[in-house]
Order: sequence, then C-alpha cells, then structure tokens
Amino acid sequence: MKVITANRLIDGEVVFQGPEGTWVELIGEARVLADKDEIAAALALGAQAVAARLIVEPYEIDVIETDGRLEPARFREKIRAAGPTTHPALGKQARETA
Amino acid sequence: MYRYDEFDQAFVQERTAQFADQVRRRLSGELSEDEFKPLRLMNGLYLQLHAYMLRVAIPYGTLNSRQMRKLAHIARTYDKGYGHFTTRQNIQFNWPSLKDTPRILEELAEVEMHAIQTSGNCIRNVTADHFAGAAADEIADPRPYAEILRQWSSLHPEFSFLPRKFKVAITGAPHDRAAVQVHDIGLQLARNEAGEIGFVVFVGGGLGRTPMIGRKVRDFLPEEDLLAYSEAILRVYNRYGRRDNKYKARIKILVHETGLEDLKADIEAEFEKIRFGILRLPDAEVRRIATYFAPPQLDPRAGTSAKVETRKATDPAFARFVAHNLNPHRVPGYTSVTLSMKPIGGIPGDATDAQMDVIANLAEGYAFDEIRISHEQNVILPHVALDDLPEIFDVLVKTGMAEGNAGLITDIIACPGMDYCALATARSIPVAQRISERFGAPERQSDIGELKIKISGCINACGHHHVGHIGILGLEKKGEEFYQITLGGSADEQSSIGEIIGRGFSSDEVVDAIETLVDTYLKLRSSKDETFLDVYRRLGEDPFKEALYGAE
Repeated sequence: MKVITANRLIDGEVVFQGPEGTWVELIGEARVLADKDEIAAALALGAQAVAARLIVEPYEIDVIETDGRLEPARFREKIRAAGPTTHPALGKQARETA
Repeated sequence: MYRYDEFDQAFVQERTAQFADQVRRRLSGELSEDEFKPLRLMNGLYLQLHAYMLRVAIPYGTLNSRQMRKLAHIARTYDKGYGHFTTRQNIQFNWPSLKDTPRILEELAEVEMHAIQTSGNCIRNVTADHFAGAAADEIADPRPYAEILRQWSSLHPEFSFLPRKFKVAITGAPHDRAAVQVHDIGLQLARNEAGEIGFVVFVGGGLGRTPMIGRKVRDFLPEEDLLAYSEAILRVYNRYGRRDNKYKARIKILVHETGLEDLKADIEAEFEKIRFGILRLPDAEVRRIATYFAPPQLDPRAGTSAKVETRKATDPAFARFVAHNLNPHRVPGYTSVTLSMKPIGGIPGDATDAQMDVIANLAEGYAFDEIRISHEQNVILPHVALDDLPEIFDVLVKTGMAEGNAGLITDIIACPGMDYCALATARSIPVAQRISERFGAPERQSDIGELKIKISGCINACGHHHVGHIGILGLEKKGEEFYQITLGGSADEQSSIGEIIGRGFSSDEVVDAIETLVDTYLKLRSSKDETFLDVYRRLGEDPFKEALYGAE
C-alpha cells in the first residue's frame, strides 16, 4: 500500500494526495494506492500539481494500516505525518488530539 | 558592536527586495522549483520535513537587545513561538511560510540582520569565541577580524560558487573556544616577538563524513596579510577543489589528497602574487573597524562580591551557577555569564519568544546591551558586574535559563535530527533529553565534572559528534534508530577526532551505555580534577570498551 506525499509550496505544510487529485493535510484522508498503475497515475497528478504551483517534491511512501488507522511504514515518514516528537503540541499530532 | 554603514544597509535592503521579487515570481509561476531552490537557499531558506526553515545569520554570534527582540517578534509573529540557536552561532526558525519570508527578511533588515550566505557553496557566517572582547585570557578581540572577513566574503564574486561550503572560525585567546581546528580555515590570534598581532592559520579542518583536524599552514600571518592570504587559500581551493563528488569537495579532502607541503606551496605562490595588492589591510581600516567593537566603559570593581558570596552560602543552585556558568573577565569585578539553553530534559538550543525578550531585557539592564550566542548553543551576557549576578539569576530561574550546567554532562550539543531535518537518519534531541534527565541531579553532574557530549542525527555531523568527549551519531539500521558512540574527541587547542568504540546501540540502550561509560570514568579517575577526556587520553579505549561490551 502506498500514498503520495509532498510539501505545499506556499507554506511547506506536509500534504498527501487525497481523492481525485486533491491534496489533504492528514494521512488518514489520503488516497491509498494498490498497484503500479495507480501509483503511476497518482504521480502524474503530482507532477500536474507541481506545475500548478500547489506542491513541491511529490513522492510515494509505504503505508500500513494499524487498528483501522493509516500510517507511514518508515519512521521518518511517521514523523512527517505527525510533527516533531519533541513538541507534541506542534504539527498535525496536535490537531488530531484537539 | 558593528553598525551597518550606508553600503551595508543598501546592500541588505536590495537583497531583501530581490528575494521578495523571487518569491513573487515563484508563486506566480515565472520560476520553477528547480530555478527557485538555489535562490531561496542563498537566502537561508530550506525546506525541511514539516515546513520551510529560515536560518538567520548572527555574525560571530554577536547581537544586541534590539536584534534579540526582533528575533522574539519573528518567532511569535511568523513562527510557532520559538527559535533554535545553532552550532554556527546562528538561529533557525522551523515553521515560516514561503509567503511570509520576504516580510521576515524586511523586518530583519530593520535591525541590520539577514539570512545571506547561511546556506550554499559559499563562505558561511564567520564564527568566533563567544567570550570575545571580554575574556581574561584574550590576546585581542577576534571580532574586528571576523567582521573584516565578513565584508570581504559577502557576495565575493569569485567565491559564490565554490566546490562546497566554506567555514571560517577565529579565536582571540590561546584557549580555543571556537573550535577553529575543525573549520575550513581556523584562525588563532597570536603576538610575535615584536608584540604585533597576527594569526596562526589552520586549513582543512572539518567534520561531516570525513572528519579531519586542520593542518597548520602559518605559524604567524601578519595582520595586514589576513585578506590576501585568505583569498589565496580560497583561490587554490576554488581552482583545485573537487567538483566531481559532493562528498569529496571540501578543502579538507584537497589538503589530504594534495599533501600539505604541495598545497602550502600553491597557497604561498598565489599569496605572493596578490599580497601587495588591494587586499593588503591598511592599519587605519583595522583600527576603524575595531572601534565598532570597543568594549563598554567598565570601571574596575572589587574582585569579589559580598552579594554573591552571601547568596552562594544559602542557595546551592546559585552556587552551582556561579561555579560553572561564569567565565573570567578581563576587568576585575565583572564576568561573562552563560545563560543555559539546556534545561534538564529540555531541547538544546531552543528559546521561546518570551525567553528571547527576557534575554534582551537582561542585556539592556545589566550587560551593556551585548549578547552572544555560543556554538555550544547557549546565550552569553559578556559584560556583567558580579554584584548583579543574584538579580540576574532570579530572572533566569523564573524563565528556565538558570541551570548551572555550562560545560557539564547535560550541556549537550544536539543537531535538530530527524524531528526536523530532511537529511537526518535518526533523532538527536530526544537522546539529549534522556541523557539530560538521567544525569540531571545537580550533585551528580557537578561530581562528574567537565564532559562534553555531542549528538548528530546523521553523518553530516552538525551536532559535532566527532569532537565530543563522548560523541553520539544517530543512524538507521533495519528501519530502527541506532546510535554509534565515539570517545576522545575534542574541539579546543588540542583538538582530536573521537574513535568509534564498538558496535552501536538501539535507542533504548544508548542512555544506559552512556551511563556505563560515565561510571567507568568515575571509577578510573585519579582525582576529581582528572576529567573524562584526561582519563580517556591516559588509559585509552580498552577499559571503556570492556565496560560496554565485556572482555571479547
């Protein structure tokens, strides 16, 4: 399982590709890609979003589902998806518990 | 301190306007990311894991209260209420948006600050001893020379596209507090037999994936030759430094591959061509720049303070602060105070906007409006009357900057690591926090004595782990954080690169491993005066290795 992630151009916020080429801030709302064709199509949408000046540097990441929640497989991406582990009140993690 | 002249002010304002236009063109689509990225990096704007990061230059770590208040304002207005002091005496803001950065740079320009040359393959912010102009052991204030180098290197047309970044550090005292031997150029002020000022010059020091101690290329470079000789070094590097491999592009590799004598000959040959030209430093200009750094009028006072002695007798925390966080001042009755940005369990180098405002108030009220940032990520008030220490300490206690731990085991350098940095392979800050908590008991850390722990979250070594008495390097192994320990590093006048002690440790194990090393040191030391580094240098790695891994 994969999702596409990037940073938003205007403020650098970590975003994920959501349904129909949208860009969402929480990984739980990301569109999960099952096979190579889907990934290729999603990356093509990512390239369009780069050209449209919405995002920068889109790439695919592995995700896993734990207790019905989607999360990145790699530790680095877990931190990107949540915020700094040293500042639980900052980043996306703060919103989720709010 | 240095004040911008008309040229400086116009230059920074032009650059700010230029960057505002570049951001506008990026957002309107006239510039692609590939075109824009080198432009934003030239203005200190990185894209990190969670957001953009803006690195603001603090030349030679010196600033005044007005500038510190502006940094507080930026943290509060455009960021998330804090900033991070770096190992190059700069400050980083971790959450600015791209659209706000032109305004941030405008605000910085209002107080003679900018973010130019805090990134990219150019000559970076020149760093200096954080006790410059105040320390009792100083030969001369190194900052006028740092400022001269800053002016020479700012947008130097020949050196804006070097093979790789280039870092210069300068110290004015025989005891090196600026880690000059691990810089591309390290300068140590000295006097010759005639009493004239000059520099011991080191070239090719550096950390990163190939750590090296700088090699001495001049025992005494006369003051007037500072720029011509620096230019000669840079020309040789610019011409012969490798551009085929980013990891072999620093001048240390050139020194290593060319050999010291050949490289010295190249530098001297280049120097001979230009030494009597436009770069020869006129004495009058050196003196003119030096007037900007004229010390405040400090009337000598009693060498001891009854107020301090009385308070010490009744307040152990204050006594510890006095024991560890003061550096001898050249004028009797004064001292340089280290404000600890390393609270127990806290994040090394982080300061909130409120703390920055407090630092500015203290500087204005008690310290002749001078503030320094140390490469060890603390804040210094360089000129403080001993009698004022109790009042200052009371403010620091209320604002979380009063830990009496300067130079002790909890005064840890840590890079941002994987909590922020796109290059990191592991986290640094949480390891620093756990070590700080483990050893945070005041009596315990005082008993352990001087011990510098430095932590990097990747091989690029921003946390200076190679020169930690105990160095910790965070790596990734099979998807897990994994920490390699080095022992015996040092970044003073007897610089050394730490040696890897053995196999690394998991995140869960690493703090226990540090404790084993510290306990081993305590058992082995001949007296309390023998530091961790002394013991390591006396006995070598074997007893530490055996304590960590058993007899193998």
